[in-house]
This record gives sequence, structure tokens and C-alpha cells, in this order.
Amino acid sequence: MTKITEVPSPFCGIGSDDLTIQVDGINIKVVENGCSVNTPAFEQSITDTSPRVDGKEVTLKQAVNRAVKILKQANQPVYGGCATDVNGMRALMALADRNGAVVDNINFTGAKRNFLTLQDSGWMNTTLAEIKNRCDLFVVVGCDLEAFSPRFYERYLWNKESMFLDDTSVRDVIYIGKVPSGKASISPNKNKAQVLECVDADLPEVVAVLRALIKGNPIVAEQVGGIAVADLQNIADKLKATVYGVVTWAAGALDFPQAELTVQTVCELIKDVNASGVRCSGFPLGGKEGDQTANQVCGWQTGYPARMRFSSDIPEYDPFLYDINQMFDNGEADAFLWVQAFNSKSVPPHGGQIPTIVVGRSGMKFEEEPEVFFPIGTPGIDHSGHAYRLDNVVAIRLKKLRDSGLPSTADVLTAIEQALVIELC
Amino acid sequence: MLIKLTGGIVYDPANKVNGKKKDIYIKDGRIVAKPKDVMPGQEYNIAGKVVMAGAIDLHTHIGGGKGNIARMLMPENHRIDPVAHTDIKRAGTGHAMPSTFTTGYRYAEMGYTAAFEPAVLPINARQAHMEMGDVPMLDKGGYVMLGSDDFFLRMMAANKDQQAINDYVAWTIKSAQGVGIKVVNAGGINAFKFNQRQLDLDENNKHYDVTPREILKSLATAVKELGIKHPLHVHGSNLGVPGNIQSSLDSIEGVEGLPMHLTHIQFHSYGKEGDFKFSSGAAQISESINKNKNISVDVGQIMFGQTVTASGDNMRQYANHGFANPNKWVCMDIECDAGCGLVPFKYRDQNFVNALQWAIGLEIFLLVKDPWRIFLTTDHPNGAPFSSYPHLIRLLMDKSFRNDMLATIHPEAQKMSTLGSIDREYSMQEIAILTRAGAAKITGLVGRGALGKGDWADITVYTENENREKMFEKPDYVFKDGEMVVKDGEVVKTVWGTTHVVRPEYDKSIEKDLKKYFDKYMTMKLGNFTISDDEITEDGRGSITVHPTVGEKV
Repeated sequence: MTKITEVPSPFCGIGSDDLTIQVDGINIKVVENGCSVNTPAFEQSITDTSPRVDGKEVTLKQAVNRAVKILKQANQPVYGGCATDVNGMRALMALADRNGAVVDNINFTGAKRNFLTLQDSGWMNTTLAEIKNRCDLFVVVGCDLEAFSPRFYERYLWNKESMFLDDTSVRDVIYIGKVPSGKASISPNKNKAQVLECVDADLPEVVAVLRALIKGNPIVAEQVGGIAVADLQNIADKLKATVYGVVTWAAGALDFPQAELTVQTVCELIKDVNASGVRCSGFPLGGKEGDQTANQVCGWQTGYPARMRFSSDIPEYDPFLYDINQMFDNGEADAFLWVQAFNSKSVPPHGGQIPTIVVGRSGMKFEEEPEVFFPIGTPGIDHSGHAYRLDNVVAIRLKKLRDSGLPSTADVLTAIEQALVIELC
Repeated sequence: MLIKLTGGIVYDPANKVNGKKKDIYIKDGRIVAKPKDVMPGQEYNIAGKVVMAGAIDLHTHIGGGKGNIARMLMPENHRIDPVAHTDIKRAGTGHAMPSTFTTGYRYAEMGYTAAFEPAVLPINARQAHMEMGDVPMLDKGGYVMLGSDDFFLRMMAANKDQQAINDYVAWTIKSAQGVGIKVVNAGGINAFKFNQRQLDLDENNKHYDVTPREILKSLATAVKELGIKHPLHVHGSNLGVPGNIQSSLDSIEGVEGLPMHLTHIQFHSYGKEGDFKFSSGAAQISESINKNKNISVDVGQIMFGQTVTASGDNMRQYANHGFANPNKWVCMDIECDAGCGLVPFKYRDQNFVNALQWAIGLEIFLLVKDPWRIFLTTDHPNGAPFSSYPHLIRLLMDKSFRNDMLATIHPEAQKMSTLGSIDREYSMQEIAILTRAGAAKITGLVGRGALGKGDWADITVYTENENREKMFEKPDYVFKDGEMVVKDGEVVKTVWGTTHVVRPEYDKSIEKDLKKYFDKYMTMKLGNFTISDDEITEDGRGSITVHPTVGEKV
């Protein structure tokens, strides 16, 4: 039995790297600094070790050959999930380039709201260490932060010491929209967050009014989305009077039509605060299931985030057209590769409609057995690797914790690519 | 196998060979003396063609987080320049900020074999190396950014001695796998986080009471005392501000003779004379550079057209966001380490300021006398994409072409520039110094940028052409580590270059302070911050080349 300290997690998105893990053969136990997201994700046991074709165990080579057959004869292969580490994503991109595939990350429908904002008007953002050391006003828009990230407050707001705040417990926390589901946002000196509750559908109007107030535009209404305009005025005043305000949102949680416009309004109001002579930054939440990793690798290899295609031999990006769920609905895909190295519960959508290959974390259970299943190891448990944190700047070095013998995503996808090259010659 | 390049006209300033007909022999990736009794396995008849070492770009933003934000910010810019895959090349996109594979291919296809990312944030170094790991064809390396990080500023504020600063600098360059040290708007990125919107050379960071001048002095001293061959790489204060020539002159004086490289000096050579309160400081800065032998510069030439500016200097990028074209921009504060800013720019020849910027860059190229201390850059992508280098070379080598171009820009800018009166034309040998021998020397590379016995066989072969742009945009052959990788301006084989690093010695006790600092204030453990060698080499393509510090034996 060995104990490994300072273990980084690829699961929580916030880059917790202080976990202590006990390894006994192939069994793992989180013994320090676990949470409701990380502990089950690390401790999940290995069930499958052999690839399967049509539900029968086969050798890796046989499974690769079948996968190549499916991908080669497809007119429009689509690759979904894309939930893996940097090397896994590199291998996925290489295969997709050869295969003329669509690449669509699992969280892109949410992330799209951020990318549309970035590509239309941009933003001013910050990262975790700046929050930890500077932030004196923290505004959460439309998201239940502790459900998203159980350790966020403990690690980045209620930290004992900070470089530029004498007392971190006096940080002001304000929620707009959703109500916090637990007590994590209560400060160590028992201050509760201010909550201005509204339904998601009213968020566009609420943040638009907040922006107008920041700009000093007159608002005639007294209430918006059930929130008193006077309360929003108070937030506007605070944002313009603090030292380093941070406004956070989770694009995935803003699940209503044209939510990108709400993200854009948030980003623009942050710019407005800065234009008024006070520093303020945005902080988009994400980083789960390898989504930042997929977008980063796809970004540097093609220039576009991870909803794009190689179907015409060149990289093409369209945040709407290459949504694979929509492509399935429209009958536009005829082979499906699902890559999910982190979460065995995340099985391919639309199972069974078209020939499907799954490169998935060992332990996946399917309602509809795919044509080919490769059980793979998990980055940061079964092999080393790299994953991006939610703030998109820090790539964490994932450790190998045990010898499971399971291949990595990159091992499997590279084997498929090499076999495909031979077939195409 | 022995390879022979027969009959080429060799320009190899490192070995004082200036346009001499000479055969070159290659074996096991390196240049060798003419063997006595071995017949070449392969011979290339390059009679009359121009032979130089592979070119080296010492300042180009090719890897790292801000570049990737720049890519994602500009999908419309990629759509005009898609690159299809071939049997040997991956698909990708240009234009202003190309994808990694396309970056490598395009550099190689114009004769480059090495490129250095000049702004590696220590906290983002992992990404820089991963991106550069996906840049084929080229050797690469990074300058690690310091000077706005809180750990360093705390040391300065606490008056830590130079030895402690040196230890921290050495630890950082090792942990981040760098080959040099960069400082961007010294202390200014940090000051912006404290809501200072500008910072002059002698102005205090209001939290730390430290000035940019003190930071430059401290870091330049550290670089020198540690024996890091590349001088402190300085992106000066007040980038783009009319009148900033004074900051640049004062910085030169402020380092008191220590080696210092002033990067994209064009952006820091502006006066505020004339009707538009914007004028050329080229004559003044060039005079100072000519006089101060401790100073080297690269130009950061602008070219007209669309690009995107990508900089660690979020203070100045924020100040310039009003010029964003198209109107979208990003600023980031990053990890108590640094920051970044991305602002798309369209330089226009009929815009007075842009036109004069173009002229100022060329004036500096032509007025700085020593070609070993000035380097050919556009600060890719900030002044223009690197793919404009052949055009820039023609501007330097061909006075009548230059004057034809000058005649087309904003008339007031023509009047404000002395460019038309400068007769100098760069020689072939001088171009080889700027882009090869000098660049290798100033980055401290051993065995590169030169064609002597024992040097790595990074070689470019061009067909002589009066039109220098045509000549330099399409080499006949490029050899990387002795392998022919480009033929007739097209990549014919994908190869992967090495990552150049330096590792000066330091007192390990600095890690105790760092561990405490990381545990208290940072968001990752010290042990998880350090980049191990296997992170660069484990994919089977990458490798690391450690270069000696000054005085260290090879």
C-alpha cells in the first residue's frame, strides 16, 4: 500500500492538487482533501479491461480493425465527448484530420455562449490566484457555485492568508439569480452572501439593468425579475467602489435561448466598471470533463475551439452547424466515435442509431452496446498527462497513481489512426 | 550517409565566410570536413545558389496562452486562410496567428529552422511548451517572464540581496524550462492589478514602492551574474505612447552598461513632435544603440494589413483597446504572475500614425550600424505575421523598392520621415547576420546559425534573384539536422526540433521560501508547478538541449 500526496485532480475543474491518495493494488482511496466530486471519481473501480466488438471480448488489434472499418467507410464521421487529456486530444485531432471528422466537445453547447461572446466583443478576465489574493467583492451570476465546485470557497475565497487582504472573511459575496444550495458561501466570520433571487428566464433583463445602472443610465422601473432596482443599484455602486471585484458565471448553467447575450452583457458591464476607473474582472466557470483541454488543443492545432470539422480537408468552425446532437437529429452523421476518459456514466447519446465506437473509462455500462468498446485508463490515475483548469491558463501535470495496464486515450486513438493510414494507402 | 552540397555560394558570418563558393558535407546531422576517402551517398548540385544556415527568429509569439486566445478570438481571420492537409502535413489555418502545425510548415518553407517564444509566463510555461511541442520543423525555446510577479516584487520590496534574486531567477528559468529571461513593462502588469493605468520608468508601483528602473537593473544583473547568455529581454515601459523614446533612452542609461536586449524597439521609439504630436525617435534611439555596445535590439517592424496584437502588457493593451479592429479585445490578470492582452489591429498605409510606425521601423533598421546587435522581427503577430519577412528583407536590401513603397504611404508621414534620404542597402552577409549568426549568438545557441565543422546541419539554399522577396520566400532546399525537409519551398518531410534551455546553478534553499509562498498564496503546490523533462520528451518527438552558461564548459 502506498500513499501519494499532492495529487492533482482532473475532475473538479478548479485544479485541486492537494489530495492524498492511498493506492492498494488497483484500488484507490482518497484519504485527505476529497470532496463530493473528486472522491467518487478517483475511487471508482476498474471493471472492464478488454476491448469488445459487438459485445464480445476481443484483442486490441481486432477492435482497432473494426473501428477502422467503421470510420473508413463513413461519409460523415462525428467525434463526440472529446473528454480526455492533452495527449488524448492530440491523438483525437490527428485521427479526425485524417478521417474528415466533425469534432464536438461534450460541453460545447454551454461553452458556445462564452465563445460567441469572446469572438464578438471579448472580455476582461482573471484567474484563481488573483481571486484568492485580491478579490474583495465576488458576484455570482446565475449559478449555484458550490454545487458546481464544492471546494471553491474553501480554497479560493476563505483561504486563511492572502497577499492583499488583511482578512479574507470580509469579502463581500453576492448572488444574482440562483440561491446557493449549501453553506459554503458563508464566510468564516458567519457573514452570509447577499442573494438577489430570480428565475433564469429573467437573468437577461436583470443583468441588462445592472449594466445600465453601472453606466449611470436612468431606469424607470422599480423592479426587474422580482428584484428591486434599488438592490441592483447597490451592487452597481459596490462594483464601482471596491478594489478588485470579480463577477463569475457558468455558461453551462445559463440554459436558455440566446444566453450568449447575457454572457456578453456580463462581460461588457465588467468593461464598464474598468472604464469608470475601478478594476474588475470576469471569471467563467468550466473546466470539467476536459472541456478546457479540448478547446485549448483544438485551438492551437486548428485556430478554432472544439466544435469544428475536417470534412473538406481544412479546419472549419461553426458553433451551431457542427453540434453533433443536431447532426444526429438531421441524419447527417453515419459513424460515431465517443471519447470519454473521465466519466464512466457519460455514455454516448443517441446510442444504437449509427455505428458507434466508444473509447471510454473502464466501467461504462451501455443500454445499447456499441459496435466497438475500448475500456481505457483515466488521465491522472492510470497514466500521467495534462489537463486544463477552468481558468484556462494553468495546465496541471496529472500523475500516474497505479499500474492498471489500461491503455490511454492516446494509445487507442493513435493505434486507430495508424491502422487507418495503412488502409488509406 | 554522407551528403554533399556542391558549388553553393556560402554566406556564413559566424565563420567569416562572405559569399564564397564552397562545398558542404553533412554526416549524422552535422556539418563535417571534407572526408578523405568517403564518397557522398547523396549529392546536391547547387552551383551558384545562395547557402546560409537555417534562419532563427529570436522573438515570435508562437506558443502560449495569449496566442491561443488570439487564435480563438479571430475565427474570421482563419477563414480567409485555410490550409488543407496532405499526406505528410496536418490541416490548419493562418493568417495573423496561425495554428501550430501551419506555423512550423510556413517558417520552414521560408528557410527558418528555429523560433523563440519571447513571453512565457512561468505559470503558463507548460502550455507554451505543449503548443511548441505541436510546432513541427523548428527548434524552439522560451524566454520566461519575470518582473510583475508578486514573489519577485515582494523580494524587491523587502530589499533582498542580489544573490537571492539570482537564485529565484535561476529557479524560475529551470522550473519553466526557459532559455532566457524576459521583462514586460517592468512592474506595470502588476501595477495594473492595483489599478495604476500607466507606469513611467521612475514611477513607483503603488503597492510595492518599486520602480521599473529598479526592476530592470535587478533582473539584468541577475541574468549577467548567472551567466545566462541571452541578455535580459526587455519589452519597455510605455509601449506605443507618443514620446516614449525618453523611456527607452532612460532604460538604456538605467542598466548602467549591463547587457540588455530591447525588443520591438520600433514600438518604443516615438517622439511627440509635429502637427499630430507623433514623430520618429529612430535617429535618437539608433544613436544611443550605436554608442552603447551592451544594447541589442529587434525591431518589431509593422506591415500594413490585418493582424492581432498579443502581449503580456495588459496595462498598455487595455489603454489601446479603443483601437481594436475588429472591435473586440481581451485583457487578463494572471495568477499573481503576469497578465496578457489581445487587441486586433489593422495597420493602414493611409493612417498617419501607422504609416509613420512603418517608416520608423525601417529607419531604425538602417541607422543602427552593427548588424550583430539588431534583429529582424515583426514581433509576430503584433507588427505583422512572420510570413511578411521576405517582403521586409526586400525593403532592407533594395532602396529603390523601399522608396517606391514610401511614396505610397500617408503624405504627412512621408514628410516626417528621413527614410527617403537613407541610402543604405543591406548586403546578403548582413541579412545572414541578422537572421542567422547574430540571432544564434545572442540567444546563446551552440552549433546553430553557423556552417562550420561540427555545427548542426540546419541549412537553407536559395536561388539568387534580384527580387529579394521572391528569393527569400521560397528556398530551393532546407535541411534540418542534416535531413532535407523542404524542397522548392514545400515541406517534404515532417521533423521535430529540439527545445533549447539553460540551467544556471542556484542555491536550493530558495525553494524553502517558495514552498511557503506557494502553500499560502498560490493555487498549486510547488512540486506541481515545476515542469519535468519528461513532459517535453514523453511524446517521443520532443527533446531538450541544455546550453552552457557563460564560462561553463560545453
